[in-house]
Amino acid sequence: MLATSPAFKQNVKGALADVALQKALAFTRPNFSGKRTAAVANLPEFEQLRDVGRDIKNHALANLDFYLETWAGNVEKSGGTVHWCSTADDARAAVLAICQRVGARTVTKGKSMISEELGINDHLEKYGIEPVETDLGEYILQLRREPPSHIIAPAFHLNREDWEESFRASHTDLPDDRVFGERRDILTEAREKLREKFLAADVGITGANFLIAETGSSVIVTNEGNGDLTQTLPKVHIVLASIEKVLPTLEDACTFLRLLARSATGQDMSVYTTFSTGARRPADLDGPDEYHVVLIDNGRSAMIGTEFQEMLRCIRCAACMNHCPVYFTVGGHAYGWVYPGPMGSVLTPSLIGVDKAGHLPNASTFCGQCESVCPVKIPLPKLMRHWREREFERHLTPQTMRTNLAIWAWFARRPAAWRLATRIAAWTLGRLGRKRGKFRTLPFASGWTDGRDLPAPEGDTFFARYARQQRDNQA
Amino acid sequence: MTPPSPGKDAILGAIRRGLKRSPLPDDQQLGLRARLAAHPRHLIPARGQLPRPEQVALFLRNVEKEFGTTARIATLSDVPSAIADYLAANNLPTDFAIAPHPELEAIDWTLRPLLTRRPGRAQPTDQVCLTHGYAAVAETGTLMLPGSPHRPTTLNLLGDTAIVVLRASRIVGFMEAAWDLIRAENHDSTTGGFMPRNIMWVTGPSRSADIESTLELGAHGPRRLHVVLIDDDPAALLTDDPTTLT
Repeated sequence: MLATSPAFKQNVKGALADVALQKALAFTRPNFSGKRTAAVANLPEFEQLRDVGRDIKNHALANLDFYLETWAGNVEKSGGTVHWCSTADDARAAVLAICQRVGARTVTKGKSMISEELGINDHLEKYGIEPVETDLGEYILQLRREPPSHIIAPAFHLNREDWEESFRASHTDLPDDRVFGERRDILTEAREKLREKFLAADVGITGANFLIAETGSSVIVTNEGNGDLTQTLPKVHIVLASIEKVLPTLEDACTFLRLLARSATGQDMSVYTTFSTGARRPADLDGPDEYHVVLIDNGRSAMIGTEFQEMLRCIRCAACMNHCPVYFTVGGHAYGWVYPGPMGSVLTPSLIGVDKAGHLPNASTFCGQCESVCPVKIPLPKLMRHWREREFERHLTPQTMRTNLAIWAWFARRPAAWRLATRIAAWTLGRLGRKRGKFRTLPFASGWTDGRDLPAPEGDTFFARYARQQRDNQA
Repeated sequence: MTPPSPGKDAILGAIRRGLKRSPLPDDQQLGLRARLAAHPRHLIPARGQLPRPEQVALFLRNVEKEFGTTARIATLSDVPSAIADYLAANNLPTDFAIAPHPELEAIDWTLRPLLTRRPGRAQPTDQVCLTHGYAAVAETGTLMLPGSPHRPTTLNLLGDTAIVVLRASRIVGFMEAAWDLIRAENHDSTTGGFMPRNIMWVTGPSRSADIESTLELGAHGPRRLHVVLIDDDPAALLTDDPTTLT
């Protein structure tokens, strides 16, 4: 997928002016965080489970080579094939080779973020193979040729009118005068259209939420059932999985299943959690004849042993973006690549380079909500700060910002100068703003005042007040 | 024999460079293998560890919370009536696909001659599919449906209505206990292990909230999920009369 992350600032301007997007964001925001809060409140052990989850992932990552080899050995024992792919190119080639060998014409797909990362759809289309996204949200995005804006609710930025318009434009075989009275009608039409695709597909591609070393299984978690139809009906099932997905045992997976759905959608458990282990057995009445796992590194191994290794614990639940004030101001598309929100702001620079994605770790208020809800306790603000440091070290930060930082640093290291400067500023601004108590515009501060007023200082600095209070307390 | 794979060497090599070590020494590998063999349980929430009758009640409550429906019957021979009643109450056709499972085949279906069963996998035209519940988890109201020649996977997916016949004795408190059952009971001749090709854990009927973040049932899988529970476990029966406990 082509990144527009370098254009983050322009993307944000567009997003803020997009009335339909702002409507969807305002509608969804309380919904997402509220559901998680309710689900977590119903499980007293949730906080402890976060520690357990973090520890299991740390253990798996510290022994990643061992667990991947064990997992791959068990995949082969079950009649499956593992394709080890270091790069996105290798992975695209592996998927295409399988599809071409079996003469595939259509390929159904379950929702997979790594598929977005690889741009599998464009690649298959280039070779005359039709990919069909079957997750409802991904399906409409494919019709509209849009990327997802959220990792688990890919099309939440669309309103009902958008769905209707796209369905009328795409399903031209259906009567023009049909009525979409309620959401259910949209769903029913998609269900019928996609049923045909499920039955016709030659290959089904899914992602994987987890890989299990002990049994050589891949696990998908869905609510619609599209992932299961995708992997059950065609002759060939291809799993796309990145290297950090591996867990040692089924018992380890249980902990993550308790964390994942609650963190993601506020469910106790998603509707379908499916463990797939190899191809159809000789006496089975259904299931694919071939089972392949395309195992993808694509930049992840380079994170191991660095301060960003902790990011590899991520289970893609989306809790961080669901609680992020920046995400709910600009939406997912502004981030410009596959992974939006706080997790994307850490992961995207790792995978496509901080030179391209440097704006993202800067687009944070460091309020810490993301870290406080992360089911595997990834210190997201700290990791974003590491990216800011790296960006600064590599001289990628804009000159004005570097100059301002240098000025700030000069004062910050000289307390007397700092106090004097802040006293002058507070006094001046306090005098200027005394009448209204706030500023509508202020030189050099349009970034703030364009969106909201700046409260005027009351004439005193924090230091001065603090000192006074200390004196009063002692007196 | 596995053919040499340059991708494999590259990935494992890169991981080891990051971890700043060679392949793990034998003693450490042995430790990890022991962890795999012991597959230790972690923290299990208290709600999964209730006394037997409450456990079964919790399972049923959770199925209903997740928009499934339930019927509780005394014996396997009540299944045909329970199915016929459910189909009639929901205006559903009386012909259905059914898992070719010995337990379901042992039922005397002649009691309800109007029911037409077609044993085997599901077909795209099936409206109602009936399968056999291997086990279930009270903690979340989840059915465990391992694929097998007796329990085709498509029965869980293709019908508009999915019905699962489950024995109360197969309800366990939490997922780990259900894994224990299949670890002990199943043998897969392809791998020599216990995992069948596919295990589906199903919690309620199919749904989606992709349209305006609003939940709708019946996205791609069944719109209805009905659990017929057979009370074959005396310990699981709730009793209103405290004197029967003594």
